Amino acid sequence: MRSIRAAAVGAVTLSLALAATACGGGSSTNGGSNDSPKTLTYWASNQGASVAVDKKVLQPELDKFEKQTGIKVKLEVVPWSDLLNRILTATTSGQGPDVLNIGNTWSASLQATGGLLSWDEKNFAKIGGRDRFSDTALGSTGAQGKDPAAVPLYSMAYALYYNKKIFADAGISKPPATWDELIADGKKITAKGKSVLGAEGANLSENIHHVFVFAKQHGADFFTADGKPDFTNPKVVEAVKSYVDLMAKDKVIPAGDAEYAQNQSVSDFAKGKQAMLLWQSATANLKSQGMSEDTYGVAPVPVISGTPGAGAQVNSAVMGINIAVFKNTHNLDGATKFVKFMTSDAEQKILNTAYSSIPPVKAAQGDAAFNAPGTAVLKDTLAKSAAALPQVPSESQFETAVGTAVKELFADAAAGRAVTTDSVKAKLEKAQQQMPAA
Amino acid sequence: MTSTALKEPVRETSPGAAREPRRRTGRIRRVSLPYLLLLPALLLELLVHLVPMAIGIVMSFKQLTQFYIRDWGTAPWNGFDNYKVSVDFDAPVGKALLQSFGITVGFTLLSVGLCWLIGTAAAVYMQGTFRGRGLLRALFLVPYALPVYAAVITWVFMFQHDNGLVNHVLHDQLHLTDKPSFWLIGDNSFYALLTVSVWKGWPFAFLIVTAGLQNIPRELYEAAALDGAGMWQQIRRITLPSLRPVNQVLILVLFLWTFNDFNTPYVLFGKAAPEAADLISVHIYQSSFVAWNFGTGSAMSVLLLLFLLVVTGGYLLLTSRGRKASHA
Repeated sequence: MRSIRAAAVGAVTLSLALAATACGGGSSTNGGSNDSPKTLTYWASNQGASVAVDKKVLQPELDKFEKQTGIKVKLEVVPWSDLLNRILTATTSGQGPDVLNIGNTWSASLQATGGLLSWDEKNFAKIGGRDRFSDTALGSTGAQGKDPAAVPLYSMAYALYYNKKIFADAGISKPPATWDELIADGKKITAKGKSVLGAEGANLSENIHHVFVFAKQHGADFFTADGKPDFTNPKVVEAVKSYVDLMAKDKVIPAGDAEYAQNQSVSDFAKGKQAMLLWQSATANLKSQGMSEDTYGVAPVPVISGTPGAGAQVNSAVMGINIAVFKNTHNLDGATKFVKFMTSDAEQKILNTAYSSIPPVKAAQGDAAFNAPGTAVLKDTLAKSAAALPQVPSESQFETAVGTAVKELFADAAAGRAVTTDSVKAKLEKAQQQMPAA
Repeated sequence: MTSTALKEPVRETSPGAAREPRRRTGRIRRVSLPYLLLLPALLLELLVHLVPMAIGIVMSFKQLTQFYIRDWGTAPWNGFDNYKVSVDFDAPVGKALLQSFGITVGFTLLSVGLCWLIGTAAAVYMQGTFRGRGLLRALFLVPYALPVYAAVITWVFMFQHDNGLVNHVLHDQLHLTDKPSFWLIGDNSFYALLTVSVWKGWPFAFLIVTAGLQNIPRELYEAAALDGAGMWQQIRRITLPSLRPVNQVLILVLFLWTFNDFNTPYVLFGKAAPEAADLISVHIYQSSFVAWNFGTGSAMSVLLLLFLLVVTGGYLLLTSRGRKASHA
């Protein structure tokens, strides 16, 4: 009997040890190695209309890279709903891709986990230097004063897309430049039986991008200068309320949009049911839904008064995708080469054209493809009137907490319940309490 | 016992003592064989079940936030802090957890009750033979056989405000509401969740009760009918008491599944469930994955585990004691 007990104890110890080493895989190695110089795994974000479209866009480029360097890149396009979770899991286990795309707003949050390679001067030198990238794009790559956690890959901005035919039918000659104009135009559009403006009320990230811009326009910030959440600041409350009021009071956003989270507002716009859409780099998306480019116009997102610019005239968040190297990569040199390839002038032109985004690489921006009327608006916005979302470690929690608050406020508005300064403040207070103690 | 104890020393000193070790090894071999055969299963059980559980418990005592996940061995220990935060019902985190817990309890009671009621009623009606019974039975089992994601996403489409089937029927055709209702956001989301949960859960109750009914001897009903018992009396006096052991397990299983259900609310509402339908499993997911605080998330999970253990233990104790009493 004793030997059995010993065997059992041995077995338990063995399996515990096995499990412990398996789970602690990430802790032993610090930084990357060059153990497997011939292959790379790349997680791309879903930029095109579908995962299949992305594979079609990216695979020829990856083949080109293999021809140049002999390194085979295994591509996986990860849908947005999974991407952040996948990155967190990879960071925890230490088992992940070599190179990956991240939403640029997550940069500071992911930087804090320490899972991504820092881009110091030395690393930047390997891909042609920091100066190749526009400052706007670099402003969204990690906390200020720290080396960036990622390199800008695609830049995007919000614009106002409007249906030319609906505007003509309603007797509107030019797109609205201020919110008051938009609300006034809305009355004419409603009279023609069309809905005015689309929104994704149940999509937390969309909510955040809009209330962030509204806060800027009201001269407020969600975080204090030293990075503490300041959601109940009266100006922030006013800003969030004025965004939700587009549905609650001004009735330009239809009540049904409160439950939209799967880009239904884009298809409403593409189907000609709705006159306007606030979206980031929507051209490729609209095209895939069968809306031809001459049927809609692109204008800057409205401001409170005046014209778009810096400070209170900001009319878009700096949106975009960054490319990052996973610290636990087994092919550090190859990964750096791949980032260099993806951010080279030639590739930047090809990829950003395919995704109707703007190259963050200055030399590629001058290309004729990015001076078409629609793209020019985005380029202009990025250059003059876009601001980066807060680059703080708790940015991702902020997106969830405040995004949920706005979702609930939209739900109230849709159900016909009053949205008051107090009710907005109460929701934001709750959101602030959910934030981790800094 | 005492007699063998007395005999032992005698055997030790007897001349046969020399042969003893060989006999013992033989016995050990014989006895140990089943354990050896069990060993692979035991190892896998440890690896798959117990180790993750133990790690989860360890995590609940750590301050495992985004700053430590890469190398979570280095996350600082913080004793019972995660638990304190979770059960401090005056502070926002604890209050939200308590509220979510309350909603989950209410939701589970309603869902299990309805699943059992509908399932049992259907099973009793399906007991008699009639044309098309097999077809109906198969039809009833469809919701249970469908993959959860596909089934629930269909409900999402039906619950949509603008183009959903539910509003089309309730509002456009039957004119029961003065304007289309929202089902996926706001207060109605609780009923939407309950509907999907019952729709998905009752076929299981139906299946189990149908199986249980097969074991009730026909003669009992015949005798009761001779004695002049009506349908309702037969159900009350024969069917339900005979189903008691089946129901005991059925209700426990339904309770555990419903209480822990993650897929249904997650597919229906996404990452941020509306307050009215904030079930505890999604709430814990949100606390750990979305807020990136895995320590607090683990502490909440451990609390949930303890609660379910207590409920299960109490339930089994109560029902089995009740059964013994009724047998006596």
